[in-house]
Amino acid sequence: MWDLVLEDRRMNSLRLVAPMWNGRIRGIHRLGAAVAPEGNQKKKRTILQFLTNYFYDVEALRDYLLQREMYKVHEKNRFRDKEWIRPDKYGHFSQEFWNFCEVPVEAVDAGDCDINYEGLDNLLRLKELQSLSLQRCCHVDDWCLSRLYPLADSLQELSLAGCPRISERGLACLHHLQ
Amino acid sequence: MIRRVLPHGMGRGLLTRRPGTRRGGFSLDWDGKVSEIKKKIKSILPGRSCDLLQDTSHLPPEHSDVVIVGGGVLGLSVAYWLKKLESRRGAIRVLVVERDHTYSQASTGLSVGGICQQFSLPENIQLSLFSASFLRNINEYLAVVDAPPLDLRFNPSGYLLLASEKDAAAMESNVKVQRWEGAKVSLMSPDQLRNKFPWINTEGVALASYGMEDEGWFDPWCLLQGLRRKVQSLGVLFCQGEVTRFVSSSQRMLTTDDKAVVLKRIHEVHVKMDRSLEYQPVECAIVINAAGAWSAQIAALAGVGEGPPGTLQGTKLPVEPRKRYVYVWHCPQGPGLETPLVADTSGAYFRREGLGSNYLGGRSPTEQEEPDPANLEVDHDFFQDKVWPHLALRVPAFETLKVQSAWAGYYDYNTFDQNGVVGPHPLVVNMYFATGFSGHGLQQAPGIGRAVAEMVLKGRFQTIDLSPFLFTRFYLGEKIQENNII
Repeated sequence: MWDLVLEDRRMNSLRLVAPMWNGRIRGIHRLGAAVAPEGNQKKKRTILQFLTNYFYDVEALRDYLLQREMYKVHEKNRFRDKEWIRPDKYGHFSQEFWNFCEVPVEAVDAGDCDINYEGLDNLLRLKELQSLSLQRCCHVDDWCLSRLYPLADSLQELSLAGCPRISERGLACLHHLQ
Repeated sequence: MIRRVLPHGMGRGLLTRRPGTRRGGFSLDWDGKVSEIKKKIKSILPGRSCDLLQDTSHLPPEHSDVVIVGGGVLGLSVAYWLKKLESRRGAIRVLVVERDHTYSQASTGLSVGGICQQFSLPENIQLSLFSASFLRNINEYLAVVDAPPLDLRFNPSGYLLLASEKDAAAMESNVKVQRWEGAKVSLMSPDQLRNKFPWINTEGVALASYGMEDEGWFDPWCLLQGLRRKVQSLGVLFCQGEVTRFVSSSQRMLTTDDKAVVLKRIHEVHVKMDRSLEYQPVECAIVINAAGAWSAQIAALAGVGEGPPGTLQGTKLPVEPRKRYVYVWHCPQGPGLETPLVADTSGAYFRREGLGSNYLGGRSPTEQEEPDPANLEVDHDFFQDKVWPHLALRVPAFETLKVQSAWAGYYDYNTFDQNGVVGPHPLVVNMYFATGFSGHGLQQAPGIGRAVAEMVLKGRFQTIDLSPFLFTRFYLGEKIQENNII
């Protein structure tokens, strides 16, 4: 039985923004999707850029939509051969989640979480974890890295990009994970 | 008349001059005089010490509730916890007396800075575990407003203790105790050792214990400065001086078995200033002896050990300074980044230092080889004859190494059982000890500080029970031997 300590505080702020823009989302959603860096969308991007420079509310909307996309990409777990399980718009997981109690977790994406030394307790119990991403977690430091050795057997990918508090001293103790 | 006397160039400026300066033209330094008079009036007012006749700002205060003799990491840790655990803010006045503010001979700054939980006594393991969590959260414990956070430079690389055939059973039982207390230690066979650390030569090694978490080394100077800064912000006073005398009173009392016993109480501590005969008698309620390698002298001043040998009065504090050498060498083909602090079967130890193939280490000499602790001169022959052969045997890459530098420091060595002394003296009732940790005082300092503060404030140990470390064991002969001393 494991509980996921994955919470994104930004979700709280997004909930306040969502009701205001409900009416106009459909219209501008297409423009929001055009923000993805693709060559053939260049023309649309410049229109959006132009609009963004002129209208503060367009800029705010674009940022909000980007955050929503990013939030969907983060905060997910992957089960074997299944899709990513994501929390719904209230940050809750659906009920059928509990059916997957026995299925081992293979990948955890804990990017931008406030996970700290004690929180790693929960992640270290996942004996078949293959991929762990701790990107941009501001509290992960050298002490936390020294705790990762129980995952040595199964872990294949570890991502620590953007963690400001780790140093070469913490990386020195990653030799346990071979 | 005035215009003729004073220079012509002043013009309208004449009228702005004060009355007193018109006569003669000598300057009275009126502003300086006014501030001096203000200072004198302030010192007469209640709440200030009377400094009318001479300036006493360099002297310690005349009264203090607790006087801590020794400003190293143990003394500052006790001061910190006394202030943390006091029942009301500002309830206790603490004075820390340190003979040398540059800490040139203090064991803290000269220490290798390792922390490990691989001890044989459960109390030692608990102290180290608490200290590890203290160091991990050091910026919450020692936070000072507007000051930058502390960077302890902790290397979580662990300790690797090697055991020969005859010590293997003891190591196994030690590891069992360590695991039971919560330390994460793994046992490795010689084959596993060779797999993990290919640079090691496992000849003569039967078993190895490797600390996986909360073990490594850090910067002791940073801890000392962090404690000092925090403790000063909490209101602890510092004084640079030497304790030369205790003024105490004795009282003859009867025990429950109707035996007469003389109990002493220290009333005053005479603190002598540096390079002068001036001293200040500080009236105090409690004295804490955290003087490290020189604790025995302070205890002798208080009358500990004055009596016929074999009695409680005659039991001296068995802590003496022992000199230990640390050598830094460079070896380009040496072990890599994953090197823990390796402690060999022969007692030699080494660890990686930085990222440039530098290592530092040493060895504890045997009783016959003990160097003279009168000074901190380094004996390089000791490295050639007694340390290098063992290192080269254990790590063949160390056959070619070049010593870059070396230093020496003192262990506050407890000749009785190499474990610390904590708690009050049974006869000098208000002297508490926090010394004698023989090389692992730094790594256990936060835990020891808290234990002594609990003893002073509450009268008993609350979090970690250090009753086996009391002074009475020297008289009763109960040795609590610690086997894993590096």
